[in-house]
This record gives sequence, structure tokens and C-alpha cells, in this order.
Amino acid sequence: MISIYEVLETNDMIEKENLDVRTITLGISLLECIDSDLGRLNEKIYNRITTVAKDLVPTGKAIEKEFGIPVVNKRISVTPVSLLGAAACKTPEDFVTIAQTLDNAAKAAGVNFIGGYSALVSKGMTWSDELMIRSIPKALATTNYVCSSVNLGSTKTGLNMDAVKLMGGIVLDTAKETADRDSIGCAKLVVFCNAPDDNPFMAGAFHGVTEADAVINVGVSGPGVMRKALESVHGTDFGTLCEKVKKTAFKITRVGQLVAREASKRMNIPFGIIDLSLAPTPAVGDSIADIFEEMGLERAGAPGTTAALALLNDQVKKGGVMASSYVGGLSGAFIPVSEDQGMINAVEDGALSLEKLEAMTCVCSVGLDMIAIPGDTKPSTISGIIADEMAIGMVNQKTTAARLIPVIGKGVGETVEFGGLLGHAPVMPVNQFDCSSFINRGGRIPAPIHSFKN
Amino acid sequence: MKKTVVTVVGRDSVGIIAKVCTYLANNSVNILDISQTIVDGFFNMMMIVDVAGFSKDFTTLSHELEQIGEEMGCIIKAQREDIFDKMHRI
Repeated sequence: MISIYEVLETNDMIEKENLDVRTITLGISLLECIDSDLGRLNEKIYNRITTVAKDLVPTGKAIEKEFGIPVVNKRISVTPVSLLGAAACKTPEDFVTIAQTLDNAAKAAGVNFIGGYSALVSKGMTWSDELMIRSIPKALATTNYVCSSVNLGSTKTGLNMDAVKLMGGIVLDTAKETADRDSIGCAKLVVFCNAPDDNPFMAGAFHGVTEADAVINVGVSGPGVMRKALESVHGTDFGTLCEKVKKTAFKITRVGQLVAREASKRMNIPFGIIDLSLAPTPAVGDSIADIFEEMGLERAGAPGTTAALALLNDQVKKGGVMASSYVGGLSGAFIPVSEDQGMINAVEDGALSLEKLEAMTCVCSVGLDMIAIPGDTKPSTISGIIADEMAIGMVNQKTTAARLIPVIGKGVGETVEFGGLLGHAPVMPVNQFDCSSFINRGGRIPAPIHSFKN
Repeated sequence: MKKTVVTVVGRDSVGIIAKVCTYLANNSVNILDISQTIVDGFFNMMMIVDVAGFSKDFTTLSHELEQIGEEMGCIIKAQREDIFDKMHRI
């Protein structure tokens, strides 16, 4: 039988160390909604989402109450919109109407975000893919809940450099369209290499075409719990440290697994995967950077940070896979700057640069995340940063992403405030040397040699 | 049998256990196990109860216990046992 100390440990994690289930994300296939008539397409999309997702928020709240664990976000991901709109959309404006439909459906379902305003162009872009990508700035400026992602490359296909070039401009245009709100549109836009089909986390969630009609994916969290647990092994060797990370990741993931199974049972929708990510929030103590400090680094970004992150990422996975039979999504440790108070402090203290963050993305679960850069950064420079990040993912056979926010009207040293879970961020300096001749070459970077495993 | 964990955390005062037990008895909730400890000067009590005989829904149980807690100046929570079981048992 459970002991009082085990009960107190769990409740301390929830009450004092910010343990929560970060998101229940309901993936919904919208392939059945495809229609050559734009009006009918929008109507079908709205009806399907609001029907399938009608119980999502009440179920999340009921689970929260019964188990006493916060389920912070309830979200929806849908089939990439570039596929849905291919038959009906003739202009970027046509695609914007789909974004508005998604926004209305998300509002009606009561969710925090809806993901899937996406295009998968890792090898080439169709005409409709390009129309959809060109609609992103307007779509994100005229909606509140819609998140957008574009997959620009993979280990199997190489990098679509035409799309990388296009996205540099799209990121900047998205920033301009939302310039009056500190360019917040870019916080809802992410580019990927090796994007997973079952990611429950925003802004990159979409419901892949390899998935069933509907599926429940759950993202767990818990940097605060991890930091607290590591206090008890202060100054010990790496073997002891790793053991502690694994055990703690196991406990966190088991809670996610329980919530996922309950949600799946109550909604009668199959359980997909648990995403084992340590996802920080701006709350004090709920920080990946604080874990590094507990491990013995003065600040995130100090020499040793990449090794610390590699260790953390790997042990989280090793502990987590024991706790759930189905893991997927991004899984590992997120290193967003704006959403992590410890990372913000590290940037403000001069300990953490964009280049160090790039190095860290070789061993973290995703990539350059929520990084504010000067609003006058050239589109080709943004494309260059994206290309570097995508290359890391392609060669290392891992997911990488870039969510960069060129803050219009702001420069290095200024701060941008997004509010809520998105937090605030200091604007970081970008290398000023030019890469436009490289980006303008166009075409594809071929897949690396180790992709040929057949 | 549906096991639920009821926890009471707060400053120790006369009649806390009596009040919670009376509520549970009046609502046909059977107490299976009870233990208590003092952590950092705070009174911590845990009961494992069976709510199979409870006629109202779980939210009501949780809400009514919370209210009793407020009256007594302590925090009372009801949570399904599964969350602790999953976290601490392989």
C-alpha cells in the first residue's frame, strides 16, 4: 500500500516544484474534409474539429480534478493544411480562410492552441505548398490560436534550400505583420528538419498523414522536479547523477502515461504517444538552466553546458522509456530562451550566445527555440541560421527546429514581452557577416551518405 | 473498489481527524488505512479510502472536503490512488 511519504513526495512535486502535464493534444485527421469548393471545405473542417474535440477540455479538467495534477494545456493538431487546401485554394488569401476556420474551431472547443497550419516540403514544394507558406504571415496575424510549422528537410531527403530561402522572408514578414504586438506571430511559427508526425507540443504540432483518424498524445513536463531531485545528489559522481535523472524522469513520465490512458479511455480515442520532454516555463525554478546550475555550471552557456545537456537529454529518455510503452514526439529537454527564466538570466549575464545555443541543439530534443533577434536582421541571414540548424538535424538524424523572432523596431539589449507561457526575452545579437550569395544558390542540399541504410 | 487518497495538511488542532471521519462516515466512504506525521511543524495526515459506496460524483467529494479544510484552516485534498501507485510502483 502507498505510504504517506510517497503521497507527500508526489504532492510536493505538484505544489512546490511545478510538476504538471503540459498538454493533452488531440490529433484529428481532416483528410476526409478535402473538397474542391473552399466554402464547403471550411464548413467540413469546422464541423469535424468541433465534433471530435467537444469533450477534450471537460475531460482534461475532470482528470485534473480527480488526480490532483494540473493539465496545463488542451490542444488540437490537424492534418497539414497545405494538403487540405490543395484542391480548393488558388491564392494565399484562400488559405488564410482555412486559418480563420481553424481559429474559430479552436475557440469553440475551448483549447489553447491549434497546430497544423503546416506544409511538409523537405524535398520539394508543390504549388499549393508554396501558396500556403506565403499565406503564413497574414494567417498568423489574423488569428489567435493557430500555430504554423514547415518541415524543410530530413535525413532521408536532404534540405530543400529553396524553401529555406523562402522561409527567411516569411519569418520576417510574419514579424512585420504583428509588429504592433512585439512580432508575436513568429512565436507561433516554427521550421523543422525531421519533423515528427506525433508531436504534441506547439508551435510544431500537426497530425501526420501516417496517423489514425484521431489520437491522444500527451506531453509531460517537470524541470522543477528534476532540479529539486538533483539537489539530493549534489557533488556526487556522474553515475549517481545519471541514476537520479533516470528515476525522476520515470516518475514524471508515469504520471503522463496515466493521464494519457485516462483521457484516451474517457474520450474513446486511441492513445498515441507520450512525449517525454522537460519543458520549462517562465515560473521561477521551472527551468532547464537551473538544472545545469544544480549540476555544477555557474550559468547556462558556461563550458560544459553541451555535455550537461547531452547527459540530461539521454537520461530523461532512458528513464522515460521504462515508464511508457509508446514514446514519441520530440522527447528530451527543450531549451527555449524566452520560456525559461534561467536561460533569460544567462543571456542577460552574457553567458549564453546564439552560437552556444546552436551547439547545444546538437544534443537537445529540438533546436533554436523562442530566440528574439534584432528586427533589422536580413531575410538571408535568417535563412542562414535556419539552414545551419536544419543541417544539424539532417546529419545527426534527429529533429531540429528554429523558432526565431525578429522583433521589429527593437535591437540588441532590448527586451520583448510575450506574456503567459511564452515569457519574455532579451534581443540577442546575430553574426553580421553576409550569407546571401550562399542562400541565393537555390536547389537542394543532398541527403547525407549515412541516410542510405537500405 | 475505488481507492482514493485523502490528505490533510495544516497546523495541528483539535478535532481535524474527527471532522473528516464524520464526513466520510456520513457519506458511506470506508477508511482502509490512516497514517500521520509532522513535517516542518505541519500536521500531515493521509487516509486511503474506498469511495465505491459514495453516491455523489468525485468532484463533489473533492469540493466538500476542500470546504471542510477551509473551515478548519487546513488543506484537504482527495485524489485517486492511481497517480501515487503509478509514480511509485513499477
